[in-house]
Amino acid sequence: MKKLIAVISLALMPLTGMASGGEVHLEKANIDLSNHAAIQRGAKLFVNYCMGCHSAKYVRYKLLTEVGLSQTDIEDNLMFSGGKLGDLMTISMTETDASTWFGAPAPDLTLTARIKSGGADWIYSYLKGFYLDPSRPMGVNNTVFPNVGMPHVLWDMQGIQVPVYRYEVHHDGHAVAAFDSEAEADAYVKEKGEGYRLERLVDHLEMTLPGSMTPPEYDQVARDLATFLAYISEPMKLERQRMGVWVILFLVVFTVLAYLMKKEWWKDIH
Amino acid sequence: MSFMNWIDERFPATKVWNEHLAQYYAPKNFNFWYFFGSLAMLVLVLQIVTGVWLAMLYKPSADDAFASVEYIMRDVDYGWLLRYLHSTGASAFFLVVYLHMFRALIYGSHRRPRELLWIIGVIIYVAMMATAFMGYLLPWGQMSYWGAQVIVNLFAAVPFGIGEPLSIWIRGDYVISDATLNRFFALHFLLPFVLAALVFIHIVALHKVGSNNPDGIEIKKNKDENGIPKDGIPFHPYYSVKDIVGIGVFMIFFSAIVFFAPDFYGLFLEPPNFEPANPLKTPLHIAPVWYFTPFYAMLRAVPPMLNSQFPGVVVMFGAIIVLFFLPWLDRSPVKSIRYKGPIFKIAVAIFVVTFVMLAWLGMQSSTPAKTLLAQIFTTLYFAFFLLMPFYSKMDKTKPVPERVTK
Repeated sequence: MKKLIAVISLALMPLTGMASGGEVHLEKANIDLSNHAAIQRGAKLFVNYCMGCHSAKYVRYKLLTEVGLSQTDIEDNLMFSGGKLGDLMTISMTETDASTWFGAPAPDLTLTARIKSGGADWIYSYLKGFYLDPSRPMGVNNTVFPNVGMPHVLWDMQGIQVPVYRYEVHHDGHAVAAFDSEAEADAYVKEKGEGYRLERLVDHLEMTLPGSMTPPEYDQVARDLATFLAYISEPMKLERQRMGVWVILFLVVFTVLAYLMKKEWWKDIH
Repeated sequence: MSFMNWIDERFPATKVWNEHLAQYYAPKNFNFWYFFGSLAMLVLVLQIVTGVWLAMLYKPSADDAFASVEYIMRDVDYGWLLRYLHSTGASAFFLVVYLHMFRALIYGSHRRPRELLWIIGVIIYVAMMATAFMGYLLPWGQMSYWGAQVIVNLFAAVPFGIGEPLSIWIRGDYVISDATLNRFFALHFLLPFVLAALVFIHIVALHKVGSNNPDGIEIKKNKDENGIPKDGIPFHPYYSVKDIVGIGVFMIFFSAIVFFAPDFYGLFLEPPNFEPANPLKTPLHIAPVWYFTPFYAMLRAVPPMLNSQFPGVVVMFGAIIVLFFLPWLDRSPVKSIRYKGPIFKIAVAIFVVTFVMLAWLGMQSSTPAKTLLAQIFTTLYFAFFLLMPFYSKMDKTKPVPERVTK
């Protein structure tokens, strides 16, 4: 029986590899949800730079008292148009307006860290992945989210990046050759003829116009925002893990006692 | 005990207690596989209790449903715990029931005289699937919406002009909408109580015929002078204390998921379901939750015929209906796998691989290679059942002992 399972799983091995193909490479954000200062900085960045278009409409401002902010801190620094501490973090831009201006409504960001595969790493890489692309309506494109409708809101901090392309020649769904220059790749495709197709990929990004921040400083901005968004996506995450440790400890003791009781009852059964 | 007498003269409390617990004789050789029946009952109770509390806080309307779930997760004290217990409980329910059914399969617990017990069990399984399917719509996320859309559309594939009106009747609308959400909520609340009633009937049937055991021996054939099976022990206290150990171990694993990985790597809570339902935006890849994927894989494996998806629907429902006939498909002279021959053991091994592979394939977006694999495994799934009358009969068996073994 074991042999059979082994043979079948070996036979299927090549298939399981296929499932993971085609994923975008994400940079590790290395966020720390217990870092309250990072969440506070992320909150400040979020209300200043993101909340013009994006809501976090399932989150109440009051939540930030959980990460060390006082009522006055929140009211004075994060709530620009007044309101109550228990209000939801909604915005005034309507979906219709957003669709007209950007082609699609700006999504609510409460749960982005749970929707996107990669979570905080996705957000971190996305915020670092904008590059100049004059063919796009907003003048920029993104390595993580190709053809995104959003402008690069943080450009003055990060600066402007341009892409360095790599040219891959595909045949039968496989990359058969790669070139640094488009001309060489083109010549190769022409030479090979039918069935060969050229694909332009962003190899890496280069800074042409530095922003007001150094790259490590900007990385910190992206990390703070990723930390904040990961936090609001599941604010109770650390609480649940802390509670889980005690629950499982209790259950282990309970199970040991239950086992001893069972053994005692069963000692006469043979 | 004059108080108990007073009760017993008016209600058969002691009689019921004795008949079903203190003097219900179960075989003494139950093993690991016999924990899952009591665990399934535990999870049902857990689902009903957490479900009732969630229903107090949830709003079944297309406008409010998604936000009300987030309200439960964020603003209700321990609301997140209720919700994670309930969502993990759904997957745990299917897991323990699959293991419980597998136990019956390998030890022949569906065989005479337990055919009806098995059939009631399959009805429970079908009711569970309906409950889970309707429950999955309630968070009103993208996968809730589009999963329901795909499954209800299956009914539209029924030919002779029945399909289209049938699917509209189920939805209460031309698409999945507020009307659908309301009725699914009502039925999702009702069905667990139907399930509880079915479980009661399942146990009544069990206690009429008595429990099978890993040896597949009828312990009632060997009774002592008092009419008590020699290999039987009273369910209470022996199996009540033993099941408590099983519950402890199960709860450790269950809590590990609830507290440390409630979405279970996208299997128990799918990432697209954290996005509110959007009727105008079809997700690239629609997949049901893992416990339905074996059947979903079979549905997709069948190519449309005469421009109709109906054959696939027939195959999918056929995969469940065939379970009802299992007691009559097994023609082996022995019940338990312990005394069956190599053919049955190999068939079961292939069946396990088949079920797991179909579950995996049902989660993947289809490619020609994967569709071919799904077709092969669908064939194997049906071959396991439909060829059973032949291979179980020709298989070599070992002699069954008189009394149960360790």
